[in-house]
Amino acid sequence: MNLHNLTIREIIEGYTLHKFSSTELFAEILGHIDQNETKINAFITNRTTEEIFSDVTDNLIAIPIAHKDIYSTQGIETTAASNILKGYIPPYNATSVKRLSTNNFITIGKLNCDAFAHGATGENSDFGPTLNPYDLTKTPGGSSSGSAAAVAAAFVPVATGTDTGGSIRLPASFTNTVGIKPTYGRVSRYGVIAMTSSTDSIGHFTKTVWDNAYILSKTAGFDPLDATSSHEPVPDYLLEIDKRINGVKIGIPREYLLNIDSVILNKFNEAIDILSHLGAEIVDVSLPSTEYAINAYYIITPSEVSSNLARFDGIRYGFDRSKFGQEAKRRILIGTYCLSAGYYDAYYLKAQKVRTLIINEFKNTFKNIDVLLAPVSPIMPPNIGELTNDPLKLYMMDVLTVPVNLAGIPSLSVPAGFDNNLPIGIQIIGNYFSEKLLYQIGQAFETETQYYKQTPKITERNNE
Amino acid sequence: MNNYVAVIGLEIHIQLKTKSRMFGNASNDVWQTSPNSITSPVDIGLPGALPVPNKEAIRYTQQFGYVLECTINKQSKFDRKNYFYPDLPKGYQISQYDEPFCSNGLLDIKVNNQVKTIRIRRIHLEEDTGKSLHIDGRTLLDFNRSGTPLMELVTEPDFASADEASEFAKIIQEAVVILGISDADMEKGNMRLEANISVKKQDQSDLPNYRVEVKNINSFKFMRNAINYEIDRQIKALEIGEILNQETRGWDEKKGITFIQRSKENAHDYRYFPEPDIPPFVFDDEYINELSQNLPKMPWVYELELIESGVNEPFANQIAHNQEKNQMYLQLVRENPQKSQNEIAKVVINRKSINEMRDYLNKQLDQSVSSKNTILTEDQILAVINIFPDAVNDLKAGKSNALQFLIGQIMREHKGQVDAATLPSVLIRLIGGSN
Repeated sequence: MNLHNLTIREIIEGYTLHKFSSTELFAEILGHIDQNETKINAFITNRTTEEIFSDVTDNLIAIPIAHKDIYSTQGIETTAASNILKGYIPPYNATSVKRLSTNNFITIGKLNCDAFAHGATGENSDFGPTLNPYDLTKTPGGSSSGSAAAVAAAFVPVATGTDTGGSIRLPASFTNTVGIKPTYGRVSRYGVIAMTSSTDSIGHFTKTVWDNAYILSKTAGFDPLDATSSHEPVPDYLLEIDKRINGVKIGIPREYLLNIDSVILNKFNEAIDILSHLGAEIVDVSLPSTEYAINAYYIITPSEVSSNLARFDGIRYGFDRSKFGQEAKRRILIGTYCLSAGYYDAYYLKAQKVRTLIINEFKNTFKNIDVLLAPVSPIMPPNIGELTNDPLKLYMMDVLTVPVNLAGIPSLSVPAGFDNNLPIGIQIIGNYFSEKLLYQIGQAFETETQYYKQTPKITERNNE
Repeated sequence: MNNYVAVIGLEIHIQLKTKSRMFGNASNDVWQTSPNSITSPVDIGLPGALPVPNKEAIRYTQQFGYVLECTINKQSKFDRKNYFYPDLPKGYQISQYDEPFCSNGLLDIKVNNQVKTIRIRRIHLEEDTGKSLHIDGRTLLDFNRSGTPLMELVTEPDFASADEASEFAKIIQEAVVILGISDADMEKGNMRLEANISVKKQDQSDLPNYRVEVKNINSFKFMRNAINYEIDRQIKALEIGEILNQETRGWDEKKGITFIQRSKENAHDYRYFPEPDIPPFVFDDEYINELSQNLPKMPWVYELELIESGVNEPFANQIAHNQEKNQMYLQLVRENPQKSQNEIAKVVINRKSINEMRDYLNKQLDQSVSSKNTILTEDQILAVINIFPDAVNDLKAGKSNALQFLIGQIMREHKGQVDAATLPSVLIRLIGGSN
């Protein structure tokens, strides 16, 4: 048995039945990473074996985790994948890091991503691109590229990510992993380096739906250090996760099916059939404001980015602003322009009005249906380097994911099959705080399809 | 030159003495602490740190607004004010742009015995910056002050003189101290003044189309000097046909002049937008009503109450604006329920220690116990003798029958129910005649 391929659920079972010890598990996983990390480049920082084992030896039920490098980790370098923060060691832990570590999750390293989470392929990292474990010529998607790749490559059973405009769901769909973008405010943002404060959502990658529900139940909940975190009680996501989905009303938003790669559309239709077969009722719905979402998003996001990145002014943190990458500079310029006197009303304010329209549209739709089902990406994973000089095309990769972020509602990306050995994902979008229902539907779908069992053959591919 | 009038508005920054900072949980008590020793991730804007608004600071601001007769806005929010400065660690200041906590207040001031109502445009809340220390050609940064709750009061341009502006600022200082929301110690920078000054021709009805902002004034005296200097400078400039522009100036107390800091062309575009890290506020009636419960009495309210209870205006004013005197006054009123409050107020103002006051009042008491009649207040006495100016003049001239005449008039006015024993000395003291 390869211990690194285990899910969280299997690890917990293994510990309970004394099949293996935590030190055995960690030793095997660290060995697996040692052998394969150079092919993937999932990590920016790896903690040393000594550091990790000093945490593991006392903990008989330790579970390995790695964090996207925009999560502040006390005493562990946190770069946001940008040279401007190289060498920065936070004096404090992000709330979610703290909550996970008190729940026996041991940090083994910090994961690569697009610098400051700006991007859809991971290629905006100043530490080189992360490669897709299913095909090393392809991107794993971004911005949480390292997180998706690390889980897909079985470096960790769980990784943290952030989803500001699709940065968890997109890479999850490219890597055959399960990714949750929770309701805005469900998980504390405290300590996670801000990109777009009003849409940043803290979520997780896992191999299975059950694992994902498990970890969200550890991170979700009100945090007095985040004024935007919600007081809404956290339900038990695992209780009734196997509930049948008979009669669940699933809306198919027709605007989400335009200009989609045909192989993705085929898998999507297959998924509809499977869910229908499982008893769900499928309804056609329309969300006409969808086409404006990407425009609004790419005004609001750079506006907030221009302000959030202003603290890297060359006075503190060691480096001046020339260390910012192209994408950060682009967003700072666009955002500064959008917020300037004379342009604010035409851009920022208008975009916020579009946002309100989108929110209302979702709210009205959820009066008649339980969830929405949509593809995650309009295209299959691009080749490394294919889109790096085409920022507009890259922005369009977010077209199916950003409406959810603008509205602040949750969405779960689950594997929906493969084309030519490359993963395809679908997203289940729900009303505010409906994560429990999303997990139930995801679980029913996963139990039926079991795509997660199709692991990548990194080693073989390397030998080719 | 007399045909010009000054148009002046004030902006007053006041640090609130809350337990913790405006948005972070570091202690707010940082006076004379070593630089950068008291900070939290939030206060120094570390990546990922998030602001959580200090409810106490918001409440203080609203209470201040309440005593200044402001509207306490039911909806309010914070905004980001974006600008670069080395001691501004996030590259933006969390402030309030278009929805301050309080707006449209009023405060009466009295200068040269003229009461004038000053309109308060708004009171909002923001975070203080760090401090830049320029030492030996280097600039050092201390972030201990960063994130201190800072309240900003903005008046309408209702002042016409340095004296009016100064009087207003003094009352504001007193009010925040009495409310217990700030020490308002100007030397410590707890309270900082900015004046917007322009001048116009007396017959010009609309406001001037420019204003000169004089920033960072840290004493009432400096403010008066700066305003007077500016009024003078601007009138002279207009007289020789200069066109004055919007600009920011500093005050050099040593040279006694203002100097230009920033012209209109270099004005900042702060790119305000709603602070996404802090949800907007909605305050309900219950909260707003509850705010005003158990607030200490403001001196201007107390002064009116004293006057209503018979205390002469100058005494009332001094007692209302002097905590120490007021304590003694209240104590003596309790001890001497039979005495008029004006008599006690007068004694309090004219004597130094409470024992002196007590002695004086007891002496008066000894004299009066001998009589079953009441002792008149000075007001009552003056009210009678003012009707007889000739007799007063005679008394001044030393004619003793005038004294008897006036006593007789007083006795008659009060139907004989008066202790006549003290009247001669009181009359002589009041009129100042030689006996």
